[in-house]
Amino acid sequence: MRTPLSNLHVEAGARFIEFAGWEMPVHYGSQLEEHHAVRNNSGCFDVSHMAVVDIDQHPGEQLLRRLLVCDVSRLNIGHAAYALMLNERGGIVDDLIAYRREKGYRLVINAGTTQKDLDWIARHAKEQHSIGVARHRAELCIIAVQGPQAIEITSTLLGLQGLKELESFSFVEHERYFVSRTGYTGEDGVEIISSSEAALDLWSRLTANGVQPVGLGARDSLRLEAGLNLYGHDMKEDTNPFECRVAWTIDWGDRDRGFIGRSAIEPLRKEGAATKLVGLKLTERGIPREGFSVRTEAGTGVVTSGTFSPTLKQGIALARVPVSARGECHVEVRRKPIPAKITRLPFVHKRN
Amino acid sequence: MPDFPPDLRYARTHEWVRVEGTRATVGISDYAQTQLGDVVYVELPEIGTHVEFESEIAVVESVKAASDIYAPVTGEIVDTNDELDSAPETVNADPYGDGWFFVVEMSDDELSSDLLTAEAYEVLCQEEGE
Repeated sequence: MRTPLSNLHVEAGARFIEFAGWEMPVHYGSQLEEHHAVRNNSGCFDVSHMAVVDIDQHPGEQLLRRLLVCDVSRLNIGHAAYALMLNERGGIVDDLIAYRREKGYRLVINAGTTQKDLDWIARHAKEQHSIGVARHRAELCIIAVQGPQAIEITSTLLGLQGLKELESFSFVEHERYFVSRTGYTGEDGVEIISSSEAALDLWSRLTANGVQPVGLGARDSLRLEAGLNLYGHDMKEDTNPFECRVAWTIDWGDRDRGFIGRSAIEPLRKEGAATKLVGLKLTERGIPREGFSVRTEAGTGVVTSGTFSPTLKQGIALARVPVSARGECHVEVRRKPIPAKITRLPFVHKRN
Repeated sequence: MPDFPPDLRYARTHEWVRVEGTRATVGISDYAQTQLGDVVYVELPEIGTHVEFESEIAVVESVKAASDIYAPVTGEIVDTNDELDSAPETVNADPYGDGWFFVVEMSDDELSSDLLTAEAYEVLCQEEGE
């Protein structure tokens, strides 16, 4: 599959890779330059491979209160939440963003999990006798504009003066565009959902105004520097939120709200998990990659995703390690143990 | 389109060789650097190391992956490009010039017949790309 913006990527000299059944740009010449453009200026990403799912207010709200770890009934209109769907064992089915609109809810879910999520949602909708409550909006495109200049450029191009004042994790629906102050880079920015025609217009105007197109390569190094998990790598169906640094997304408030997975993981609030996800910085030359083993004083661990940090100019990783691990460790890079340090996340902070 | 200078010989593993007298300068091809993407580290052999034809002798690591570099000739390492330590992006910018990796003082008089001409190597790259 290709997104409706694909021809524009070809014209811009993109190199494509296969990702979850999609042909997506991995870079447009240099992944490093694209990364720096987002940290220093602005970049735009075609993330139309991700899926938009619209859900009716009633009975969708009851369904989402059961499916998601956050309590959507506490979301104000115009606000969004980063949330998880869990299975009965408390493992993570997917991570997503849930938006509360005037009429109903909108979810943006991962590309690689789209069918699985749709089946999961449909199955539980059926149990609640609310078949057809969720609609996959496959025709919609998503463009992310990220970087210190992203807000100013986007507000000018869309004629949307209030964008600067829009809080993080809130959104506005303006003419043809659904504009949300969210992102996956650690920078200020927006994610914009629209029809493919509106997306083609916006993309052309963004790039004509000097916004750098950015591929999946830099998207990955940006999110890793920002300490953000990638589903399917840093968290999966057999890891729970406490093991993945995302237990903060859970709203335990309403004791009667039996969201799926709650009974399995509630004991962990006291007991804690056996493993944890940490940030690692290599203190010598080398790039940690997924699957590389980590040796700590508390036992062995594994790199769940790693990269060369273009900002720090060193190898960085997220790794799953025993819960008591801290301080110095080693990452096995191509049969050589490279010294590393367990580090606070994010690796790179937004400049103010 | 990648560049294939006709005066060089190429290994199937994407190294190039430029022979001047008994010395062979080695780097990676333009095709290889585009495939790798941005190069971030190059691990070079020490001067004085003896290398055998087709043995692993260096590592080039890009944002995408780490790749072994194989010696396209037999002999002794007499020079390495230390500039790549601080400027690995030179491999992307100028693969046949300032992006060279190392120089070997060859112990054989002739290059291996396994090394390809520019023309044959271009065909190989086209086949790989398909």
